[in-house]
Amino acid sequence: MAFVTGLIIIHFTMKNIFSKHAAFVLAVFTLFAFSSCSDSAENSELTPVTEGGKLRLEFDNVVGDKNLVLNSVTYQNATKEDFVVTKLNYFISNIKLTKTDGTTFTVPQDSSYFLIKEDTKASQFVTLNNVPFGDYKAVEFMVGVDSLRNTAPIEKRKGVLDPAGSMALDGMYWEWNSGYIFVKLEGSSSKGNPVNNKFYYHIGLFGGYTQKTVNNTRVVKVEFGSLKAPVTATATPEVHLLVDVLKFFDGPGTSLSIEKFNSIMDGQEAKSQQVANNYAKMFTLDHIH
Amino acid sequence: MKLKMTRSGSYTFLLLLSLLAFVSCSTESKEPEPEPTGPTPVVWKKPAHFPEPVYDLSRNPLTEEGIELGRFLFYDGILSRTNKIGCGTCHQQQAAFTHHGHELSHGVDDLLGTRNSPAVQNMAWSKSFFWDGGVHDMDLMPFVPIQNPVEMDLSVAAAMEKLRNTPVANAKIPVNYPRMFKAAFGTEEINSERMMKALSQFMMTMVSATSKYDYFKGGDVNALTIQEKEGMVLFQKNCSSCHEGELFTNQSFRNNGLMPMRIDDKGRFGITGVDADKYKFKVPSLRNVGLTAPYMHDGRYHTLEEVLNHYTDSVQNSATLDPLLVQSNGKTGIALTSSEKQSLIAFLKTLSDEQFIRNAKLSDPGIGNAL
Repeated sequence: MAFVTGLIIIHFTMKNIFSKHAAFVLAVFTLFAFSSCSDSAENSELTPVTEGGKLRLEFDNVVGDKNLVLNSVTYQNATKEDFVVTKLNYFISNIKLTKTDGTTFTVPQDSSYFLIKEDTKASQFVTLNNVPFGDYKAVEFMVGVDSLRNTAPIEKRKGVLDPAGSMALDGMYWEWNSGYIFVKLEGSSSKGNPVNNKFYYHIGLFGGYTQKTVNNTRVVKVEFGSLKAPVTATATPEVHLLVDVLKFFDGPGTSLSIEKFNSIMDGQEAKSQQVANNYAKMFTLDHIH
Repeated sequence: MKLKMTRSGSYTFLLLLSLLAFVSCSTESKEPEPEPTGPTPVVWKKPAHFPEPVYDLSRNPLTEEGIELGRFLFYDGILSRTNKIGCGTCHQQQAAFTHHGHELSHGVDDLLGTRNSPAVQNMAWSKSFFWDGGVHDMDLMPFVPIQNPVEMDLSVAAAMEKLRNTPVANAKIPVNYPRMFKAAFGTEEINSERMMKALSQFMMTMVSATSKYDYFKGGDVNALTIQEKEGMVLFQKNCSSCHEGELFTNQSFRNNGLMPMRIDDKGRFGITGVDADKYKFKVPSLRNVGLTAPYMHDGRYHTLEEVLNHYTDSVQNSATLDPLLVQSNGKTGIALTSSEKQSLIAFLKTLSDEQFIRNAKLSDPGIGNAL
């Protein structure tokens, strides 16, 4: 950069010395040499930045009015069954924000898949970039992974969508029945299965590849009510969402009894659909700061 | 910054400056040296009498280096927890890439699976994979056996970590996978996409289309004997509605009337959850069927005679039995005399492809374990 500035000074000085015309041609030529250079070099400050700020979503997992603590705290569901949560993972995707003027901003598809894990604090904060400045009044997202991405070629399955995990490594992908697990809740209970007291809920199914299955993706819209999230050049509003495990057990779909269902996976389509109707209602706004 | 110089001197100066700009530019951008040799493209050829392939080669163009990497990955036990079980362990070339003699296959620590190892052949035309069709994309298929606890029992993430740490000094052959990935894909990076695409490239080359039957189809009327030709006519009449076309399968899912075993494997139902799919399994190709015993999804029949005896004598009626297996008189199964069975078997054996099972390009490069 210092060199470019120096060059401009030289051009000015040269006005006095020789014909304006010749100097102009050479100057243009020289600048052209530099500008063609800046395409390949890392002079990112030369290119104008798209106007936009950041907005952060926090997915704060709770159990009723208590914070969720893995492995150690015993809670009770609506059917009065005790339970301890050992694992809670879920996919959030296809995020869309609505401004107070009603216009919407859809996060670019390839940047819109997030895996929230209770055992990984950082995963619970989803930062959205290049959000147009303005006041936002609602957020919409999908719980799960849409059918398009569930059937996409492998080059479209990067990051949290990489199928290279496994069940043993906390995988969120059914490789033998191609498809992502949308919500995984595991734990133990005195009403759990008689072998090890555990319960396992792995809810997925995107609607089927060639043959129709249930579709357990759910679109959730959280209105901010009287609150708003102002995105400016300097402020990153944080929308703090509560995600209530009790509502996973009890909601419009079903009142889930651990004793009756200690395992729900891809083999119980109807039941998994009821649970999906429950988890669609897990998300509420706590505050914005 | 006061410069005093002649006009020509000024021009020279500016020219030098321009050149400097170019020079500094070329050093800054550090354009990579052109590779002396990139991966060598391979043109995939469809056998003339075959349909168009299902696999999209435009997303994964074949190269010699990619295919070779895929071949090593196919045979190398490094993809299993125990370093012993490769894909080629249960998919052996001399048995048309099945596990000859094994009703069910044994993976790591001799753990048994629940279904018979299917032939890895003509995968290019496969619309779905496995007996229940749970996977639809060849690039997503290898995740299943690698991660299955009774097959290779290793997460693909862990397998890739092992590949990154090659060559291993005490290996049978110290393969340098980072180098092979570089040769195939330009850099040493090992990721799921590259690993699966290399395996797919190799599987794309596993085409069986040079059996006696194929020579007959190609115009050599003497390639089949009279009995084999009689068998072909019987086959077309009795079998080809499911074992259809040049692939010898229409890739549908059918209940062919097998009595469920103790495990009560419901097949396709496990994928779709639809009652109508109970006890249905994918119609297998019959190419190389003379080499792929034992038969059926659970390997219960050991000879082609037993298979045909099933179709004539022991087809079980049930809610989802294929209607094609109910005769007009209400009896289940297919009516065949014993001499017709012999002709059918003679025809089925013309589907054995000696070139396919001897093709050195598909063979174990010396790293596999055929257990």
